[in-house]
Amino acid sequence: MNHPPSRALRRVPLNLAALLVLALSAFPVYWMAITALKPTADIQADTPTFLPLHPTLDHFRTAVHADGFATFWRNSLLVTCGAVLMSLLVALCAAFAVGRLRWRGRRAFILMVFVAQMAPWEALLIPMYVIARDTDMLDSLTMLTLVYFMTTLPFTIVTLRGFLAAVPVELEESAQVDGCSRAGAFRRITLPLLAPGLLSTSLFGFITAWNEFAFANTLIIKNQDARTLPVWLSSFANVFGTDWGATMAASSLFMLPVLLVFLVLQNKVTSGMTAGAVKG
Amino acid sequence: MLTAPQADTRPAAPAAPPPVRHPARRGRLAAAWPYLLIAPTLVGTAFLLLYPVARNLLMSVQHFRMAELIRGDAEFVGLANYTQVLGDPDFWTVTGRTLWWTALNTGLIMLFGTLSALMLKALGRRMRLAVMSGLVLTWATPVIAATTIFQWLFQSRFGVVNWALDALGFHSFQNYAWFAHRGSTFFILVALIVWQSVPFAALTLYGGLTTIPAELYEAARLDGAGAWQTFRLVTFPVLRPLFALVTSLEVIWCFKCFAQIWVISQGGPGDATTTLPVYAFQIAQSLHKYDLGSAVSTLTVLILAAALVFNLRRMFRQEGEAL
Repeated sequence: MNHPPSRALRRVPLNLAALLVLALSAFPVYWMAITALKPTADIQADTPTFLPLHPTLDHFRTAVHADGFATFWRNSLLVTCGAVLMSLLVALCAAFAVGRLRWRGRRAFILMVFVAQMAPWEALLIPMYVIARDTDMLDSLTMLTLVYFMTTLPFTIVTLRGFLAAVPVELEESAQVDGCSRAGAFRRITLPLLAPGLLSTSLFGFITAWNEFAFANTLIIKNQDARTLPVWLSSFANVFGTDWGATMAASSLFMLPVLLVFLVLQNKVTSGMTAGAVKG
Repeated sequence: MLTAPQADTRPAAPAAPPPVRHPARRGRLAAAWPYLLIAPTLVGTAFLLLYPVARNLLMSVQHFRMAELIRGDAEFVGLANYTQVLGDPDFWTVTGRTLWWTALNTGLIMLFGTLSALMLKALGRRMRLAVMSGLVLTWATPVIAATTIFQWLFQSRFGVVNWALDALGFHSFQNYAWFAHRGSTFFILVALIVWQSVPFAALTLYGGLTTIPAELYEAARLDGAGAWQTFRLVTFPVLRPLFALVTSLEVIWCFKCFAQIWVISQGGPGDATTTLPVYAFQIAQSLHKYDLGSAVSTLTVLILAAALVFNLRRMFRQEGEAL
């Protein structure tokens, strides 16, 4: 408190560095949003404008009305939600077995899940393509859903196991003493307490599957109507040429759900963690 | 199965009264429960992970080209594919580039991630919140959206980067075609990967920093330690496991990175940005040499396995008591 001015002065470089980091991290996204809102004349100006002086929704209209936009949106949603629901259900069973029951082979099973979590999925593009072809599942959203289910499953098991460990087993036991069956105790007592954990893990899974590109690009070849949004967006240059306004509008529309999910998720993850900490 | 003998011994006495048989049957059923619960996971893993891995290994020792893909029969050729891949100087160039790519990206991510984390710790509450929001925004940007954004930032004609460089006096950057040159394409990809990965490293490390007791810093200050000494002697040793975790995750992530490279350059121009995953995909997809592609994939996994084993060992040491 003796020298407040010098202290504030010492903080100047720190705050400047902070502003630089803030600018570097936020500018690309800001530039995307602002380009999407600018009329083409402003986008193709020799001196770029850093504020939307003449905002327009034309580019969003172009993107939404582009061929198949609604189909690809629906495909992405179907594949993502299908995969997330499947992996949530399967992971809940596995997490219960690992977290609440004692059995031979439990350690080996956990090890397998950890290894699967680190599997280099991109190295499996070629065999997946061949397998999909052998089973007549090339160009089908089912195959894509199954792949996304498997890529999110190990992570979901590990996280749910963590959340489950935070719910004291004594609660279940006392419910059993009161006459509940084992499964009934789990369903009535533990499952509601697990809700934030289920929500946050499924949102993580949602983001992973929503963003996936490599498999969607490999397994959907001929049937262009089965493409997903990431693949469509990556080929946007072919669709719109050098219409950067439309490209950035499409990128914004693609990013929007993830951004919303992320904002919700931040909240839920914290509340999930607090729930775990509060149990004492 | 393993508890079955136990369950069998109990109702061994045939004359046992009915009430005894009931709990025995329940015991056997209870013993089967865990296995029923993990069955879907095992089935999924078998069909969607183990089978593709096995299939990949199998293809890598077969002659498996377009014709075999259609006909469905393939001849075994032993290790001929591996001999061919390992004997190809291209493979070694690509491997060297992949290692260099991984080291460069991981190094930059850890450097900027650590600096950002330390900065977040030192900042005031409001500024910290602002910077964290920026980092979360970056983190939440989907890979493909980020990729199109970077293509737009570095456009030759109306790209804002060229305009800024020109305005700063670097006039050679006027209409500079970033994606036409080997070095500049590589640079953009590194910038993209680092931009996307720093938030995870920074926020995780910042989370770790907040757990270090203030007394340790107090003591270091009393001993007259400078900023660098404090980091080297207090912060780093305490957070060593966390640094190891983040580094190994970033190594794995950068090494197997595919989507960004494929969308921006497809490994080009020339082979300037071809890393192992891209190389394997090129061989399989455009040349229809699925056998050689599988061999490259297998070799990629073997190289990655080193990072995986390190990560697994750490995980097991940490989770050991929870198992």
